[in-house]
Amino acid sequence: MSPGGRFGNSSTGPALAVGAGLTMIIALYMMFLYAPTDSVQGPVQRVFYLHLPMAWIAYLAFFIVFVASIAYLVTRSRRWDQLARSSAEVGLVFTTLVIITGSLWGRPIWGTFWEWDARLTTTLILWFIYLGYFMIRSYIPDQERSMRYAAIIGIIGFIDVPIIHMSVRWWRTLHPEPIVTQSGGPAMPDSMIYTMGVALLAMTLFFASLVYQKLLVEQARDELSDYQVVESDRQADAAERVTA
Amino acid sequence: MRSLDKVFAIVWKDLLTEVRTRELVVGMLVFAMLTIVTFNFSFDLTGIERAPSGAGALWVAFIFASLLGLGRAVALERDRGSFDGLLLVPVDRGMIYLGKLLGNVIFIAVVQLVTVPVFGALFDLPVYQPALFLILLLGTLGIAGLGTLFSVMAASTRAREVMLPVLLFPVALPVVISTVRATTLVLTDQMEDLVQWVNLLAAFDAIFLTIAFLVFDRVVED
Amino acid sequence: MTAPDESAAFSQDDATVRIAGHELTKRYERRSVLRKLNLQLDAGESVVLFGPNGAGKTTLLRVLSTLTRPQHGTLQINGLDSDSDGIRIRGQIGVLAHQPYVYDSLTARENLQFFGRMFDVPDLKRRIEYVLAEVELLERADDQVGTFSRGMLQRIALARAILHQPSILLFDEPDTGLDVASVRVLERILAEHCAAGGTLLMTTHDLDFGLRAASRVLVMARGRIELDHPACGVDRAQIESMMGAPGA
Repeated sequence: MSPGGRFGNSSTGPALAVGAGLTMIIALYMMFLYAPTDSVQGPVQRVFYLHLPMAWIAYLAFFIVFVASIAYLVTRSRRWDQLARSSAEVGLVFTTLVIITGSLWGRPIWGTFWEWDARLTTTLILWFIYLGYFMIRSYIPDQERSMRYAAIIGIIGFIDVPIIHMSVRWWRTLHPEPIVTQSGGPAMPDSMIYTMGVALLAMTLFFASLVYQKLLVEQARDELSDYQVVESDRQADAAERVTA
Repeated sequence: MRSLDKVFAIVWKDLLTEVRTRELVVGMLVFAMLTIVTFNFSFDLTGIERAPSGAGALWVAFIFASLLGLGRAVALERDRGSFDGLLLVPVDRGMIYLGKLLGNVIFIAVVQLVTVPVFGALFDLPVYQPALFLILLLGTLGIAGLGTLFSVMAASTRAREVMLPVLLFPVALPVVISTVRATTLVLTDQMEDLVQWVNLLAAFDAIFLTIAFLVFDRVVED
Repeated sequence: MTAPDESAAFSQDDATVRIAGHELTKRYERRSVLRKLNLQLDAGESVVLFGPNGAGKTTLLRVLSTLTRPQHGTLQINGLDSDSDGIRIRGQIGVLAHQPYVYDSLTARENLQFFGRMFDVPDLKRRIEYVLAEVELLERADDQVGTFSRGMLQRIALARAILHQPSILLFDEPDTGLDVASVRVLERILAEHCAAGGTLLMTTHDLDFGLRAASRVLVMARGRIELDHPACGVDRAQIESMMGAPGA
């Protein structure tokens, strides 16, 4: 089957995309029209319905990278690395968005674009670990080695995340600092909880859809690479036959 | 145990080489000293608040010096092709990691042994405390533990000097936080909260040294 | 100056296959370097491998030395699987590569002490003296290896390769750039190894040197074995034309 032939066949891709689109529309409606305005923070608080699900996705994506990395090291099967790099790329985008939406939300609330609290800081470090993950991939010419090394970064990075969070939290609480933000304020009304639930679902479906599409691209890319090897071998053989 | 003897053989070989060439430690030492002196002009390391800033300066100096040493240690081994010679040895490759790690720890420790007294004298801080040596040891194990692994990985890349800090800094952040905090507590004689930082360091070291030991084989294979 | 004869005869089991490589495949970046290569060496065989640059000879030797893993294919050395028993295999092979794998700041003796420890060589002190005598480096034994000439470097590398008395020698262009005296040492050691029943696989660009040392000739091109013939009666012209062919 030629590369690209798979794109028209499966129904998973369209199903995910449609599902994600529909739930996202519902979620957006609920975020902006259904959920009540927060009494303490005002309309800005609505960013939170995007920010929190994105944060959940950023860490979920890295968890997938972690599992896929272990699977790759154990099985040496390229398919696991395809999953890892797809999830990592989408995860990096979501992590970037988390940091940006967090800053946008923080400015009116805290007065600053940034607070060194445990969650934000850990997410920032996660961003740098993702960066290292992609840098090591792109700076190693041999494909097999780059997959192996990336897998190791994926494993070490993920295990480190809770430790980073803990150390930053202790650093904050044991160090006299201005009081950090409190999210949500008094108990959230049910409508807010429902909205958040739908937003989480929508974002997860959106993430799954993106990763799936990315996975197809990576599979095609690897297949293309295989063909290039086969082709260059064929040309070398042909050249040899001519001169022999 | 025969494997342990091979670990010590690697350490002996690296120490002997360093004694004869002095290529690593001198550079690291000068770098560390210069960093501390430069920090003095960036932050106020003479006032009442000098303990926390000083602890930070000290560990930044050690980390930068370690980066230098780790990178060059790998380059030395690789440039003569002798790393492949090590890989031909009938030993679990995790043992090679341990041998390299131990050597790196010793080199960093030598730098610390000279830098810490100088630091204490320059900024009038009480550095001669057993707790501080424990923190130095655990912190160095953390930095060198991951640094030894990452430096070998970085050596295969096209941007090896950049790659090592990019990999090491985010992942070793808990070590940085713990060592600086713990050092500050020791220098300001606030020992009550020290235990949990030490525990964190010890747990970090145990976890990541084990992981590095297990994956080193996959790093050096071709 | 010869030391007492320590060359132990390697066990000669006629049915023993020393090296068995099956469909070895290795790909770097976008190129195939080894393409389903099959190889078998029996105990006591001495094989020379010729081939143009880029044919994959060095990669093949690296695979056989367990330095490089093939993407596909299996490899057994002395009956041990290269995937699961790499450690034991490495104790039974002696490897000489393009780089000498010795440490410049250590003396010849110290280098051998180090590798002797790493290879669990019994009665190490005596073995070191014997090997140094074999490679004719006793006079320079306490000089740092960094001061050695190319020929002496290769000789100390040779000493390292045979230190643990491996039954299989894998030598990649051991004669390149050597002075006459060092080539003499090399040939003597190869002859002693083969006389004791050891197995040898060697690559070289020097046809004469290769044909003298070996009983079987392989020619490799573009990742495959193209010629497999006993050394006696092999067609030199054919080998030369294959060596002249473009490698990649």
